[in-house]
Amino acid sequence: MAYDKFKILESTAVPLPIENIDTDQIIPARFLKATERIGFGDNLFRDWRYSSNNIPKKDFVLNNSTFKGKILVGGKNFGSGSSREHAAWAIYDYGFRCVVSSFFADIFRNNCLNIGVLPVQVSTEFLEKIFNNIYENPKTKLNIDLNQQIIRILGTDSSESFEINEYKKGNMLNGYDDIDYLMNIKDSIEKFAKKTPL
Amino acid sequence: MNQTLFDKVWDSHVVHKINNGPDVLFIDRHMVHEVTSPVAFLGLKKRNINVLFPEKTFATADHNTPTKNQHLPVKDPLSAKQLKALEENSKIHGISFWGLGHEKNGIVHVVGPEYGITLPGATIVCGDSHTSTHGAFGAIAFGIGTSEVEMVLSTQCIMQPKAKKMRITINGKLSKGVTPKDVALFIISELTTSGATGYFVEYAGNVFEEMSMEGRMTVCNLSIEMGARGGMIAPDHKTFEYIKNREFSPKGKDWTKAMNYWSTLKSDKDALFDKELLFDGDKIQPMITYGTNPGMGISISNGIPNAENQEGGIKTFRKSLQYMNYNEGESMLGKKIDFVFLGSCTNGRIEDFRAFTELVKGKKKAPNVTAWLVPGSHKVEQAIKSEGLLTILEEAGFELREPGCSACLAMNDDKIPAGKYAVSTSNRNFEGRQGPGSRTLLASPLVAAAAAITGTITDPRTFY
Ligand code: SF4
Repeated sequence: MAYDKFKILESTAVPLPIENIDTDQIIPARFLKATERIGFGDNLFRDWRYSSNNIPKKDFVLNNSTFKGKILVGGKNFGSGSSREHAAWAIYDYGFRCVVSSFFADIFRNNCLNIGVLPVQVSTEFLEKIFNNIYENPKTKLNIDLNQQIIRILGTDSSESFEINEYKKGNMLNGYDDIDYLMNIKDSIEKFAKKTPL
Repeated sequence: MNQTLFDKVWDSHVVHKINNGPDVLFIDRHMVHEVTSPVAFLGLKKRNINVLFPEKTFATADHNTPTKNQHLPVKDPLSAKQLKALEENSKIHGISFWGLGHEKNGIVHVVGPEYGITLPGATIVCGDSHTSTHGAFGAIAFGIGTSEVEMVLSTQCIMQPKAKKMRITINGKLSKGVTPKDVALFIISELTTSGATGYFVEYAGNVFEEMSMEGRMTVCNLSIEMGARGGMIAPDHKTFEYIKNREFSPKGKDWTKAMNYWSTLKSDKDALFDKELLFDGDKIQPMITYGTNPGMGISISNGIPNAENQEGGIKTFRKSLQYMNYNEGESMLGKKIDFVFLGSCTNGRIEDFRAFTELVKGKKKAPNVTAWLVPGSHKVEQAIKSEGLLTILEEAGFELREPGCSACLAMNDDKIPAGKYAVSTSNRNFEGRQGPGSRTLLASPLVAAAAAITGTITDPRTFY
């Protein structure tokens, strides 16, 4: 589905310095029963966020009003595990538009790009810098310029460039999705199908 | 020529190349299940389009289904609604649908191969990360997200950049008691859960050549747990024998034609890989995990490593041990367990049940252990009965449940209670994966069987 265009995002950020955050933590399987894409944000990090009797856990960052913003900053190997796009939906529906980490799992990265969440991969050092700055001053803003492919820590002179596939970048800047593209070349797909043996 | 097996299959499926962008890849087989498809079908409806090639699309219900009393209506209203949605969507779009109670029903990655849907040289996708299982046949198979499910339903194509190529070669002889699951857990423990991210893996060497097709499926299944997009093994006579005469496999002239193509499916002698790894099969021991990701595995008789020696962050490592309530340096052997789960698309096939049964034969299940034995499909369930395994299992104090994903992801009622330890033959030991607060120890069917008998973590080789 089409989503909002992404150009420049400037926001405070929420730090989650844990490595190997898997999609089962982002959205546990028992919340995958919906037949429509609604309400996933409520269950983002459900078991880290709430105790078994649904009381918010004070020590979890999403329950700490000091840290807010549209950017989630996670530890290395973010989004490993299951292919559930629900994980990306939960992040989007909660209000994040960008996840920053030093490493992303493959399928999760794709899922994000497909629904309009920008995964920004930075170096280990830069990630450390972001965490340090946020902890020092939770009001620290990050500026993410998709067109320039640069992420900046505002109030410091730290910035870093990040990679994104040209095609995907175009999609995000314009709010297009892959199906729009594929429907356009349907004739060649059908022609190709005739030649395939299976 | 210097093409890899992956190159050959990938390149022959590229419909269109985008400059500085992904390839448009044609998909031969699309497997669909109830959890990751409803929003995709909804997308089709919004766009007012139909499934482009319903005959290349196969639907089965598995993630959400109960493993007891499947003949009764599904109790949980949300699960029931999701199952109903799959049935209705399949009907609307003319997709073959193997729902609850259907004789062909089972876990998507178990039934695909069983009915000859999975073929060498094919491109296969499904909205489930363990789609990598089908790579055992020399197919390119990988998991996709729901937007991509919608993409494949509507255009039979997917847009992805070609992955880098890695070859993992293991030669040598596996010792008795070491199974394909141990080989896979060993590789993941060496590579970590992100060690193969960005790569498609080919498994080579005599260890894989000598493995049965089911063993190869177990290995390819777990490719995703080291971050790989997928894994594959070149097809050989075992592959062809397995496929021959299955319901959806080619017949007659088509078979001969297919065989001609399939026999070309191997990496060229001087094929170029971006990364090559070599391990010694003789050294692999029965494995078990002690932490909260599949890379946290050790030989069963080794101690839990110390945090200082971990490549990942010490804090994350300690958090994980704290969740498991284990300590650095401790031995895993002799630790008490509460549950045993035999099943899933990793180890829910007939050979897994044979191995488990052979070990428990003539013994008794430990009274402190609750065991859930869940076949991967009705076909597996039938074989368990007709081969006489069920009788042996029942004599040892076990019961058999009905097929489905079950406690692998605990979407149905099969949830391990908080704080309890489960030795599981499935694929993920993430926090809460098998139920909120559950603690999972991943292992082979043999280690699971030994634990079920003794009630503690036990080296299965002590039973020989
Ligand atoms: S058995 Fe587990 S891993 Fe396999 S398809 Fe089902 S939920 Fe996914």
